Amino acid sequence: MDSAIPELATAGTLPSAAPAAASILGPGEVQIELEVNGERHELSVEPRVTLLDALRERLKLTGTKKGCDQGTCGACTVLVNDRAIDSCLTLAVMHVGDRITTIEGLASGEQLHPMQAAFVEHDGFQCGYCTPGQVLSAVALVREGRMTGDDAIREQMSGNICRCGAYENILAAVRDGARRMA
Amino acid sequence: MKPFRYARARDPQEAVQMVAVDAAASFVAGGTTVLDLMKDDVERPSLLVDINGVAGRAIVRAGDEIAIAALARMSDVADDPEIAKHAPMVANALLQSASPQLRNMASIGGNLMQRTRCSYFRDIVAPCNKRRRGDGCSAIGGENRRHAIFGGSESCICVHASDLAVALAAADATIHTNGPGGTRAIQVSDFYLLPRDTPNVETALHHAELISSVTLSLDPALANSTYVKVRDRAQYEFALVSVAAGMEIVGGTIRAARIALGGVAPIPWRVPEAEAALVGRPATAASYREAAEIALAGARGCGGNDFKVALAANAVVRALEQIGSAA
Ligand SMILES: Cc1cc2nc3c(=O)[nH]c(=O)nc-3n(C[C@H](O)[C@H](O)[C@H](O)COP(=O)(O)OP(=O)(O)OC[C@H]3O[C@@H](n4cnc5c(N)ncnc54)[C@H](O)[C@@H]3O)c2cc1C
Ligand code: SF4
Ligand code: FES
Ligand code: FES
Repeated sequence: MDSAIPELATAGTLPSAAPAAASILGPGEVQIELEVNGERHELSVEPRVTLLDALRERLKLTGTKKGCDQGTCGACTVLVNDRAIDSCLTLAVMHVGDRITTIEGLASGEQLHPMQAAFVEHDGFQCGYCTPGQVLSAVALVREGRMTGDDAIREQMSGNICRCGAYENILAAVRDGARRMA
Repeated sequence: MKPFRYARARDPQEAVQMVAVDAAASFVAGGTTVLDLMKDDVERPSLLVDINGVAGRAIVRAGDEIAIAALARMSDVADDPEIAKHAPMVANALLQSASPQLRNMASIGGNLMQRTRCSYFRDIVAPCNKRRRGDGCSAIGGENRRHAIFGGSESCICVHASDLAVALAAADATIHTNGPGGTRAIQVSDFYLLPRDTPNVETALHHAELISSVTLSLDPALANSTYVKVRDRAQYEFALVSVAAGMEIVGGTIRAARIALGGVAPIPWRVPEAEAALVGRPATAASYREAAEIALAGARGCGGNDFKVALAANAVVRALEQIGSAA
């Protein structure tokens, strides 16, 4: 999130109301560029559009799910600069210059990411609605070197609620996915 | 969310200036409180000034002090080895807060400024004096299982939601600010205000005043400390009651004690009488139980939350036992 707004982002803005020099954007649409899964996308959004809505409604990357829209479920988990966050409680305009990874960005072509493959193999889901968020949290936990055992998995996955209660299989999938990622 | 304007400030002065000229402007750091409340229409800022670019996120140890930048993320602080070693109750409080994703997003300054989780406060059709002074308090005589047993008033009985604030209160931390009137250093004990008849005023912070850092003075009672949080599920849940406690124990005798309670009052609730009762006493279960009873002496439930009095006393004992046996 530590990025300056590039020139592009100030296009189509209202004139600044305050004497300060930083541009005041909105409330109408603002042109921004987001880097998602290694691709740059130009889009126009009002400042009030969340990163989640920008991904789903504008970029049609609907793998990221909306469960609660208030930070309580983790269905909207994406990686921003490699850290897992809830995309429903942040604004798209706050992520210019960031590296965003969604579930669509994990596989290489037809080849599933090892963590995705482990979820398939261990039946780490029932309805699948929470799964993209679960997989991204699991990838982040392994990449951050926090995989020290089942307790660490339970702790690091605690921000992803599964209404189907597939937790036992999710645990097995993450354990195995971590092994495959090593 | 209602439409609003957005700006990304480049330095603290610019951020302060932009918010100062607009009475309805707010800062945004992680966004996990302010955007949540905007979705529920509880807060309606006209302008959000993004402070993420105004300063660093460092956690710096200098001699007997640790300075935590206000923009450090909860996860940065929880993972910091100096914090874990010298102020474990701060690390423990953070690790038991929210979720890994939220801790990656949420800043220390924003955490201290979060609002109560009283469900009436977040439901704009329910009367709530904190949202609009004079409307009444739906929790008094209503659903108040999560509400205060200390420090409430006839106008508000909410509890403060931050776990970090409880640990910082016990640690005697200092909050450093940068505002239109210059810089200030505010003790946590002076930062949070009781509701009295103005529950809408929650902190000593002025409009447009920016928290720049939080400092901790290290001492042995902070180094031997813990945070016990009791809640309805094991993780990703606010406290029913919590206890930040630290003790310096020398040769089996307690030399110094720090205790603050969370989930029990509209502000982090320090219990100096219980601390004083421990000093000079042996580090034993009997001393802990006595201190717990003193800590809860003035507590009063309001129906749904009567259970918190015994729960908090037991949590005090558990916290003291943890650090009593660790020493
Ligand atoms: C589902 C859920 C569960 C949670 N569980 C817990 C929990 O168990 N324990 C807990 O302690 N917390 C919990 N939280 C609260 C969370 O910790 C806070 O939302 C978070 O810390 C706020 O930080 P932020 O940077 O996102 O703040 P923002 O939303 O960006 O800002 C919050 C407020 O602080 C102001 N502000 C921000 N930075 C500064 C600054 N530097 N100076 C002055 N004002 C500033 C903003 O203007 C705004 O009014 C939970 C939140 C959610 C959504
Ligand atoms: S307890 Fe406080 S926050 Fe809750 S309804 Fe009453 S006045 Fe509002
Ligand atoms: S949709 Fe974001 S946490 Fe539930
Ligand atoms: S698989 Fe259905 S919510 Fe988790």
